[in-house]
Amino acid sequence: MLLEIKDLHASINGKEILKGLNLKVNRGEVHAIMGPNGTGKSTLASIIAGRDIYDISKGEIYYKDKELLDMAIEDRAREGIFIGFQYPVEIPGVSMTNFMRTAVNEIRQYRGEEPLSAAEFLAMMEDRKKLLELHSKLTNRSVNEGFSGGEKKRNEIFQMAMLNPELAILDETDSGLDIDALRVVANGVNKLRRPDNATVVITHYQRLLDYIVPDFVHILYEGKIVKTGPKELALELEEKGYDWVKNEIAK
Amino acid sequence: METNFSLQSFLVEQYKNNQKTIKEGDSSKLAQMRDKAFEAFAENGFPDKSMDNWRSTDLTKALSHDYKILLQAPPYNPVDSYFKCNIKDFDTFMFTFLNGWYVHKNVPLTVFPDGIIVGSLAHAKKEYPEIVDKYLGTIAKDNNNPMLNLNGAFMQDGAFVYVPEGVQISKPLQIVNIVNTKEDLLIQNRNLIIVEKNAALKLVHCDDSVTTTDTFINSVSEIYVGQNAEVSYYKLENKDSQSLLINSLYVKQENDSRFLSNGITFNSGVTRNTITVNIDGSNCDADVNGLYLVDKQQKVDNYVRINHNKPHSRSSQLYKGIMDDQASGSFTGYVYVEKDAQKTEAYQTNNNIALTDEASVGANPFLEIYADDVKCSHGATIGQLDNEALFYMRQRGICERNSRMLLMYAFAMEVVNKIDIEALHKQTDDMVSRRLRGELSICDMCELHCGDHTELHFEIDMSKI
Ligand SMILES: Nc1ncnc2c1ncn2[C@@H]1O[C@H](COP(=O)(O)OP(=O)(O)OP(=O)(O)O)[C@@H](O)[C@H]1O
Ligand SMILES: [Mg+2]
Repeated sequence: MLLEIKDLHASINGKEILKGLNLKVNRGEVHAIMGPNGTGKSTLASIIAGRDIYDISKGEIYYKDKELLDMAIEDRAREGIFIGFQYPVEIPGVSMTNFMRTAVNEIRQYRGEEPLSAAEFLAMMEDRKKLLELHSKLTNRSVNEGFSGGEKKRNEIFQMAMLNPELAILDETDSGLDIDALRVVANGVNKLRRPDNATVVITHYQRLLDYIVPDFVHILYEGKIVKTGPKELALELEEKGYDWVKNEIAK
Repeated sequence: METNFSLQSFLVEQYKNNQKTIKEGDSSKLAQMRDKAFEAFAENGFPDKSMDNWRSTDLTKALSHDYKILLQAPPYNPVDSYFKCNIKDFDTFMFTFLNGWYVHKNVPLTVFPDGIIVGSLAHAKKEYPEIVDKYLGTIAKDNNNPMLNLNGAFMQDGAFVYVPEGVQISKPLQIVNIVNTKEDLLIQNRNLIIVEKNAALKLVHCDDSVTTTDTFINSVSEIYVGQNAEVSYYKLENKDSQSLLINSLYVKQENDSRFLSNGITFNSGVTRNTITVNIDGSNCDADVNGLYLVDKQQKVDNYVRINHNKPHSRSSQLYKGIMDDQASGSFTGYVYVEKDAQKTEAYQTNNNIALTDEASVGANPFLEIYADDVKCSHGATIGQLDNEALFYMRQRGICERNSRMLLMYAFAMEVVNKIDIEALHKQTDDMVSRRLRGELSICDMCELHCGDHTELHFEIDMSKI
């Protein structure tokens, strides 16, 4: 198993957000997490990434059979965890090239591999851009600085392609994308799929799941996964809305 | 042993006993100026921390220290035997001063075919008294800077640069002040830079020490920027912890002129940089920038004053500092706008990053505006590194230390990017990243040791960390 979350309880500023969340992700799988605003989807991604602003009162997370909560943020990344953020941060003055080269080489160093030379690195960037059919010059600019909402999301996928993660969690990467960009991003994600990696997409829209076809759809509601089903669950949810879920739980 | 020693009394004695040597070659005007400066020094002495503009500069230790002064030029000592600037592709006309005196092989003044004169002020005052008398001491006037009195009394040598009307220097001029001595010296250069109407000059000024004795440099520079002339002035400082460096730069701008300065402090003992720009013309641009990167117990104090004395000119100040450990860095910036200086635009920005709780940061912006139709702004920030950005970078696999370094580098680059000499820009960029990685130390022959990497790294290169 790649990721296993058991009975996770997490709060921030005394307010409990995750209230006993369970989730299992195997290699080769695609999972979709859906759920109303403010139910803790981004919180979950943040905790997996290693943000230390949460108080985790209960529960465990295993990643590749190791205790994830004990690992440093960068080590989680080096072990293959990638978060496509809902709101990617702007870093003025740090060039995309410099940023990615540092990241790629630190990960290589962690794995005991030689750093890439400038030329090798640039070739890799070109290759990844081609794979994703990105023709933009975003890589010549500072990280996310002045990027439009959609450009930021595309940049997240580009970084994912550069870092080649084992577990990618994409938090609303589809929101803010135009129809063409959505297809580009989804194709990118599909091209990066391998039997040994897994993707978790957090989304509000069934539309994305036409492109990235999930093996499982989870509904996260008030801090818990309340329902899990096949990809058709997303369609049902879109049709019936969250009230339906509420009623289901009440039953 | 030194506790009862008073540097002030020592200097007063020195002046009285050595007047003849000091005044050698002075015009009568200069000799008079010197006496006046001496009297002011004898009466007022050194600045102390009770003075508004000197609160952040601590001279205490120096004032009881027994420094030597070299009243005569040392014998010729070929400079290449102990100093070489090896910034890659940095093609300059280089002029070197050793322990305060111009180093020359019987060529104290070089006259270029287009009329540019460069060399020793000690000789220029004899050979070009009409030029020296016209400008020397007329630009550096300041009642709030007692160090100016001391320099005015003792100044003997320094750089003399004269760019005649309409002449543009073909490559940058580089002035290197080297300290190489076994004694603790007090060095007081006076540099006089005159750039006449429609002329242009790029000047790079380096302060280096080859030794690590206790040196005290009290240097004064005067720059005249004639009508429609253009001057870029770059100052690189990388001093050891024992050094005391006081630089006072005074600039006078005529109509339509442009002045750019960029001062970068990589390391310091105690450093004080004073820059005063008098905009005495209309349609001028003054762009004054600085970057200071200090750690341990280093102290740097920047004081900038821009006087808008005439209408329709623009000025901007951008100073950025990163303070680590117990270091202290301060910026005091004045914008003064005279009653008649309407349509002035003046902007001032000071951003600081304090990396520890013990680091001390001073940010003191002042606007003093007597005209009513002006655009002025100032902003000062003191902050830490952006936690959101650090988290984002670490999520990509970059360790905390390098994430911090990338952010600091980005912060510093805004100032470095204003350097308009390509080779110097690349070099400074490289030095900033090495400084932030803690690699830029002070032990080589030239303490800036700019060229000790054969290959330049303009990006943070992980293979180096
Ligand atoms: N720093 C914080 N302090 C207090 N409350 C917070 C903080 N960060 C998040 N929350 C709260 O935690 C809850 C869960 O937020 P989260 O961002 O995980 O929701 P989400 O499911 O991702 O929502 P959306 O669909 O809108 O992106 C929200 O009620 C939010 O207001
Ligand atoms: Mg969210």
